Amino acid sequence: MAKLETKIHNIVLKNPVMTASGTFGYGEEFADFIDLSRLGGIVVKGTTGERRQGNPYPRMAETPSGMLNAVGLQNVGVETFCREVYSRIKDIDTNILVNVSGSSIEEYCRVAEMIDELENIPGIELNISCPNVKKGGMGFGTNPDMASQVVEAVRKVYHKTLIVKLTPNVTSVVDIAKAVEQAGADSVSLINTLLGMAIDVERQRPYLSTVTGGLSGPCVKPVAVRMVWQVAHAVQIPVVGLGGISCAADALEFLMAGAKAVQVGTANFIDPAVTVKIVDGLQDYCQRHKIEDINEIIGII
Amino acid sequence: MKHITDFVIEKREQLGEHYFSLVLRHPGKLPPIAAGQFVEVEVKNCREVLLRRPISIHDVDEERNTLTLLIQVVGKGTRQLSTLKEGEVLNLVYPLGHGFAVEGSRPLLVGGGAGIAPLLHLAKCYKRKGVVPVILLGGRTKELIPVREAFEPYGEVVYATEDGSLGEKGLVTHHSRFADVYDHICTCGPTPMMKAVGRYAVEKGIPCEVSLENMMACGIGACLCCVCDTDEGHKCVCKEGPVFDVRKLTKWLDAAR
Repeated sequence: MAKLETKIHNIVLKNPVMTASGTFGYGEEFADFIDLSRLGGIVVKGTTGERRQGNPYPRMAETPSGMLNAVGLQNVGVETFCREVYSRIKDIDTNILVNVSGSSIEEYCRVAEMIDELENIPGIELNISCPNVKKGGMGFGTNPDMASQVVEAVRKVYHKTLIVKLTPNVTSVVDIAKAVEQAGADSVSLINTLLGMAIDVERQRPYLSTVTGGLSGPCVKPVAVRMVWQVAHAVQIPVVGLGGISCAADALEFLMAGAKAVQVGTANFIDPAVTVKIVDGLQDYCQRHKIEDINEIIGII
Repeated sequence: MKHITDFVIEKREQLGEHYFSLVLRHPGKLPPIAAGQFVEVEVKNCREVLLRRPISIHDVDEERNTLTLLIQVVGKGTRQLSTLKEGEVLNLVYPLGHGFAVEGSRPLLVGGGAGIAPLLHLAKCYKRKGVVPVILLGGRTKELIPVREAFEPYGEVVYATEDGSLGEKGLVTHHSRFADVYDHICTCGPTPMMKAVGRYAVEKGIPCEVSLENMMACGIGACLCCVCDTDEGHKCVCKEGPVFDVRKLTKWLDAAR
C-alpha cells in the first residue's frame, strides 16, 4: 500500500482527496453512499454572517460537459452552523473545513472568529471568489489589494489553517495568489467557477435568473490545471487544486501540476460515491507505477 | 437509506410517440419505496448530457424486485434514455425525496401528462390501505395520457382531454367529478394545472399535496439548485419535496408562473 498522506500547512490529510464547497452539503447528504472517514477532508457549504436564501430559481443550467450555477451562497448562517450543524458533523473522522464567505471584511472576520472557536474545525477556506453574489465574493478576489486586505484582516482573528479560495476570473491568478500569500494565507485553493452564461434560444431568455453564473464540471479542468501549475510554481505555500475532477487520473493531473491536495466538486452530483473511487484509483495508480508515497509525484511537472 | 444500484432493463415499451416505459430489475432486494419518490438516472454516451435525470417512480413490484419508470421524451437526456434496450444496465441513485402521505378516506388524484407517472404507485398504496381514490387524468389529447389501463384496478378513473378525444372535453379542473366531495387531493403535472388544483384545494380547505418538478443537479439536497420558494424559504425540491403540502406554498401558488 502506498502512502497517500499529504499535508496542507498544519492539516494532515489521510489522502489528498477532499470535497469542494457547495457540492457536498455538510457531508451528511453523502453518508448513505460512502464512508466519509475515507476522505482526506470535507469543505462544507459556504457560510456567511447571516442566513441567506440565495438567488431565485432557476439557478442551474446544464452546458456541454459542465453546468452553470447561480445558487448565491444559500446557507443557514454562521450562528446556526455553530449551534446546530457543527454538533452533527464534528465527529466525522476526517478534516472538516468551513468555507467562509461574506459581503464585507467585517463579515468575513466575524464568521472566521466564530469558526475559530470550534475545536474540530482545523481550518477555513476563505471564499473571495464566489461569482454569484452582488456584494463581496468575487469582488474581493479579483483585485490583489482587496484580496490582501481581507486576508490580512482575517489572519488577525483566525489562528488555524487559512486557505484562500481563488477565482479564475482574473488576468493573472498568480498576482492574486502572491498577494494573499504575502497577506498571511497558509494555502490557496483554486479554481472557483468560471463566470459564464447560457441562453435558451426558444424562450429567448437566459437560463439563469441571474443571467450569469459559475461554470464547473469537466469542461473547466484544463483551465484549472493550467492555473494550479502556474500558481504552484509562483508561491511557497501549498496549493489545493480543483476544477472538473471526476476520476483518479484527473486528480493526478492536479497533483503532478503541483497541488498538495485536490477537491472534487460537480462530479459528486453525478456519482455520489466518486470521491472514494478516486481514493482507490490513486492507490491503484501508485501500485502500478511503484510509487511508495504520493508526495513523490506532487509537482513533478 | 439511499442507494446507487445498477438495474437491468427487463422490459422497454414504447407508448405512442412521446412516452416509453422501462421495467427495471434490482439485482437483489428492492428497498421500500414511498409513492412520489423518484430516481436519478445516469445518462451515458451523450456528450451534451453531464447530469443525471430525475424521473419519478411509476410503479413498484416488491415481489419481483422491479420498478417501472414512465418517461416522456422532452430533451437530450430523455431522448438518449429512449434508445436503451432490454438487457442493458441502468444506474440509479434512489429512492430520493419526500413522497405522498397517503392520507384521506376519499382522495382525489389529479395527473396531467407525464405527471400521471407517480400516481400509479400512489393509487396502489391507497388500495393497500383499503381506500379507493378517484383518479382524474388529463392531457391535451388521448395520446398524451399513456398507460391509462394500468390505473383502472386501483380506483375510479375518469379523463379530461382538451380536444375531447377521451372523457370530458376541457381541463381537469373543469371536469364534472373535480368538484365532488374529497378529503384529500394529490396532484402532479404541468405547473399551471397543479396551481389551479392547489388554489381550489386551499379555497375549499381540502388538504392537498403537489409534486413539483424543478431542474436538479444532485437529487440529494447538496447542490441547492432545485429550490422552490416556499413559505418557509427556499426548499430543495429533491429533498424536502418533490411532494409538498400546498399550504406551505402560498408564494408559489400566488406567483404567475
